Amino acid sequence: VFGAGGGTSSYREAEDADLLVLWGSNAREAHPIFFHHVLKGVRNGARLYAVDPRRTTSAQWADAWLGIDVGSDISLANAIASEIIQAGLVNEAFVSRATTGFDAYAAAVKPYTLDRAERDTGVPGDLIRQLAHDYARAGRAQICWTLGITEHHNAADNVFALINLALLTGHVGRYGSGLVPLRGQNNVQGGGDMGAIPNKLTGFQDVETNMGARARFETAYGAPIPPKRGMHLSLMFEAMERGELTACYIIGENPMRSEADTGRARKLLTGLEHLVVQDMFLTGTAEVADVVLPATATWCETEGTVTSSERRVQRVRKALDPPPGVRDDIEIICEIARRLGTDWGHPSAEEVWNELRTLSPMHGGMSYQRLEELGGIQWPCPDEQHPGELFLHARLWEEDPAKRGAPAPFTPVEQDPPLDKLSPEFPIRLTTGRRLDSYNTGVQSGQYATPLRRRESLNLSPEDASRLGMAEGEVVRVSSRRGSVEAPVHIDETLRAGLAFMTLHFPEQVATNVLTLDTWDPKSGTAEFKATAIRVDKLDAPVPDGAESRRSEAGT
Amino acid sequence: VDLRLGVAAPATDEERAAVAAALGPPGTGWEGGQRTAADGHVAFGGHEARAQRHLLLPVLHAVQERIGWISPGSLDHICTRLTIPPAEAYGVASFYALFRTTPSPSAVVHVCDDLACRVNGAERVCGQMERRFGAEGSEAGSNGTGVAWQRSPCLGQCDRGSAAMIQHAGADPARTGLAPFDPAQVWSALAPAEPPETMAPLVPQAAGDRSSLRLLRRVGLIDPASLDSYRAEGGYEMLRRAVAAGPQGVIRELKDAKLFGRGGAAFPTAVKWEAVTTNPVRPHYVVCNADESEPGTFKDRVLMEEDPYALLEALTIMGYACGAEQGYIYVRGEYPLAETRMLHAVEHARTRGFLGPDVTGAGFAFDIEVRRGAGAYIAGEETALINSIEGKRAEPRNKPPFPAQVGLFGKPTAINNVETLLCVLEILRIGGPAFAETGTDSSTGTRLFCLSGCVERPGLYEYEFGVTLRQVIEAAGGVRGGRPLRAVLLGGAAGSFVGPDALDTPLTFEGVRAIGATLGSGVVLVLDDTVDMTDLLRRIARFFRDESCGQCVPCRLGTVRQEELLGRLLRGIPIGSAARELALLDDIAMVARDASICGLGQTAVGAAQSAVRLGLIGGAGTGGTETSGNGKEPA
Repeated sequence: VFGAGGGTSSYREAEDADLLVLWGSNAREAHPIFFHHVLKGVRNGARLYAVDPRRTTSAQWADAWLGIDVGSDISLANAIASEIIQAGLVNEAFVSRATTGFDAYAAAVKPYTLDRAERDTGVPGDLIRQLAHDYARAGRAQICWTLGITEHHNAADNVFALINLALLTGHVGRYGSGLVPLRGQNNVQGGGDMGAIPNKLTGFQDVETNMGARARFETAYGAPIPPKRGMHLSLMFEAMERGELTACYIIGENPMRSEADTGRARKLLTGLEHLVVQDMFLTGTAEVADVVLPATATWCETEGTVTSSERRVQRVRKALDPPPGVRDDIEIICEIARRLGTDWGHPSAEEVWNELRTLSPMHGGMSYQRLEELGGIQWPCPDEQHPGELFLHARLWEEDPAKRGAPAPFTPVEQDPPLDKLSPEFPIRLTTGRRLDSYNTGVQSGQYATPLRRRESLNLSPEDASRLGMAEGEVVRVSSRRGSVEAPVHIDETLRAGLAFMTLHFPEQVATNVLTLDTWDPKSGTAEFKATAIRVDKLDAPVPDGAESRRSEAGT
Repeated sequence: VDLRLGVAAPATDEERAAVAAALGPPGTGWEGGQRTAADGHVAFGGHEARAQRHLLLPVLHAVQERIGWISPGSLDHICTRLTIPPAEAYGVASFYALFRTTPSPSAVVHVCDDLACRVNGAERVCGQMERRFGAEGSEAGSNGTGVAWQRSPCLGQCDRGSAAMIQHAGADPARTGLAPFDPAQVWSALAPAEPPETMAPLVPQAAGDRSSLRLLRRVGLIDPASLDSYRAEGGYEMLRRAVAAGPQGVIRELKDAKLFGRGGAAFPTAVKWEAVTTNPVRPHYVVCNADESEPGTFKDRVLMEEDPYALLEALTIMGYACGAEQGYIYVRGEYPLAETRMLHAVEHARTRGFLGPDVTGAGFAFDIEVRRGAGAYIAGEETALINSIEGKRAEPRNKPPFPAQVGLFGKPTAINNVETLLCVLEILRIGGPAFAETGTDSSTGTRLFCLSGCVERPGLYEYEFGVTLRQVIEAAGGVRGGRPLRAVLLGGAAGSFVGPDALDTPLTFEGVRAIGATLGSGVVLVLDDTVDMTDLLRRIARFFRDESCGQCVPCRLGTVRQEELLGRLLRGIPIGSAARELALLDDIAMVARDASICGLGQTAVGAAQSAVRLGLIGGAGTGGTETSGNGKEPA
């Protein structure tokens, strides 16, 4: 919408906001550092709303929790918009000057009445109205989201629905107001910035439409750049399935454990002609690789940079020598290039960075020296006089149309429920998420002990557990239309009847992603981890038809 | 919010009922009530829920009184009701001496073994308790009597001989003060009968000529339960005058009167009030510090028990002058009778329109809430007291900001102790300039003195500033049995010892400062030649070690080091030499004075130092020779 993929606001703006909406984000557990800023904001008087199917520990801090049904986010967002428009709370000046497509958007959200949203989400219309009015009236308001928004088959539409709200109310491009997607790792933002997106070169320069940029890269690299976008992970898997993609070089990723539908991932990865994995751990994926390249730990054995969710590029310094046989990522890549017949020499991290600065305008002013002096710089930073940007899109508020630039378009989107429908056979909605003590597939967090860790469990509402006659700790069979796993029950009061929860932290104990649907969003390539239809049976019950039992090898 | 206690047993019905009695019935399933389908989609909390935090102490009191202890299950339920993290609530529950977090018999006897009671045979009483009820601090049932007992710091009954207080939990809970205390009384005190009558006259001085009494003018004359009785003696006349003078007029009178606070720090009262009244931040609060816990002090207790409406009137004037609509009286938990009488007075004053949305029809709103302390000396420090009202551990805050800027609930707050507030009534009665003419130039008005220890007639005495120590002691009948005077502890445990040579010192702020002492809270603890000084000093050291809140290092460690050092010195096994130990004591005192956050740490070593100066300890016979001792007891 705005032309670059990053959070609009700095962390510290959360501390000065009047209203914070955590939408599909359990930041208390999944983004605890960002949540500290949220808590400071709350202490400074900010009101906090949480939109989440579960009453997470984040939601327990909120002034109000909207416990929506899984996958009803767009209905909620559109109803909020509809209410804002009807109540005359639209930021008319901003909408008329800085946006396009309002009329079509207004028409699109009109059918989303509070009554309809109440039916779709389960949340009382009064509370939806309250959120709409509070958000529109707040001096500074931010919407913060995470995978609860993006791990759906219509992930991009979900994001558009939230962006529309910010455009409608002018809560973007001003200090304290903004749209804040939270990143799960210290450098997820950096990965995207560096061009690890199928259609972008470094610095979000489009490989298909930005001819000038492509030419610059070609000149600098002395080699042609393919003019077509590449494949994202979900497309790659489909290409593997068709036998078109036969070799894969994976750096720092563990798709064997992290992808939806684990059974399929295993089949495809082991079916490759050649698989190379470069990682600091012998991950599940590395175990089935033909070649494993042990790489340094990027946070302590390497020089370089990382970029945080607030677009801040920061220096990483080498503190330890790596163990024998382990090499720096740059060194490995250059060595592969040399074996393939191209000698790139032995560039240092800083030399690679300086080359990047000549190619990516938004990084142009970030010399190592300045990064160190300023404690990191937030992009864009085009030249060495530029201090970096605290928040993005201030241009939208400029009086001068020339400075204002291209207006931001409204993108009408429609409610589209999860693909994996509930049915009498699979009556319970399973959603997945993270816990404070563990991280993703456990590759990084499984190595240390913590008294908080409870291992994997199927979290059931007290109502469902009692209806099914299941006790705390009882191992049960969880089945979806794709497979079954066995997991111990944990009775969880943050869930309502019909809603269940699992993590993917302990794949060797319970391969949760055996259950999930790998249908992915064509716009973003993300799979719908958040909405699976399941049934839960006692172990002695017969295996349901159509659900082939695929217990994880390690068992429970 | 998220880390639950590892609770095996949830709160019992009785515990939940006790919580509901304090907080009202629970709301939704999220708030500790019945879980319903609607709870699956909606929950409210946040700022509104957390704003109930200040109810934590009242609800802990409710559970403690009903059950006798605060179980993990009940604490968990309270945390759900008030959205407090369990670790924080446990931190609060375990901070205060009158809350128990381990199973306990329903009756707990707190036996005062502090300074004044020590002089009156507290150790003998404790010995009797041990024979009757087993070892101190017995867990539930282990002694077979259903009664536990423990030693207590000063209970503020120093004029009545060795004191005790019984905490009796149950459906009909009671706290009963007993003084003088005889362990044989425990059973009859636990039976629902009349509480034993106090024997000593409250203000022995009043037996003669009452005409010199000002703050104590109504004590013993009026019925403390009767608003009419108070009004017949001129009650609420000063509020009328205050309203006529306006807030600035009241503050001008205080300035003219040169009134200094009587709580111990002697800060000009008008400055406090003016800083609050002119602060643009709203709302304002006024607080009465009725948490007098300084060993040897009982003046505020007498005023609250015998003249409760006077305190209400004075606090109402303070609220009016400071622009506050809400006032708090924080009464220490060891003063059940004072609390009962204050609660009764507030209720009646409200009924009669002396509190409420339009006080006496004068066009301003003011109300008062009585809050109960829970056994913590440090809560008498004003910012610690503010934290305690807010439902937190009574840990002093760093200053600045002072309460006048950032006080109760972060708002401008004026806070004064009971005696200071009663001075305000007197100032309005006779006028600021006339008040300034009593006493001396820089110590104006009268002062209450808490006479205890080895005197013939212990009790509360009131004199104009400038009276000498000798006159005060003689008024109390002199040293008991005509024995020679060894020393006087002025100002309580946080004060200092003076010798017989100081008898002619005028008791004024400046007079006692000249001899390196302080009036503090008005304690005059008289010690004759039979008193075991070393025992007394060790009790003082133990007191500070117990009562340090532990927040800042100089005090937390310094009070422990002081106790160890005095222990070595008094047992005659100094490390190095006595001289070296005394130098170390000076070091501890300097660090504690310079670097502690609050007055507790700053004054914790003063009494010991003054005892050294007077030669009460550390002199010949206490290990003055060089030894190679390692500080351990000789075999």
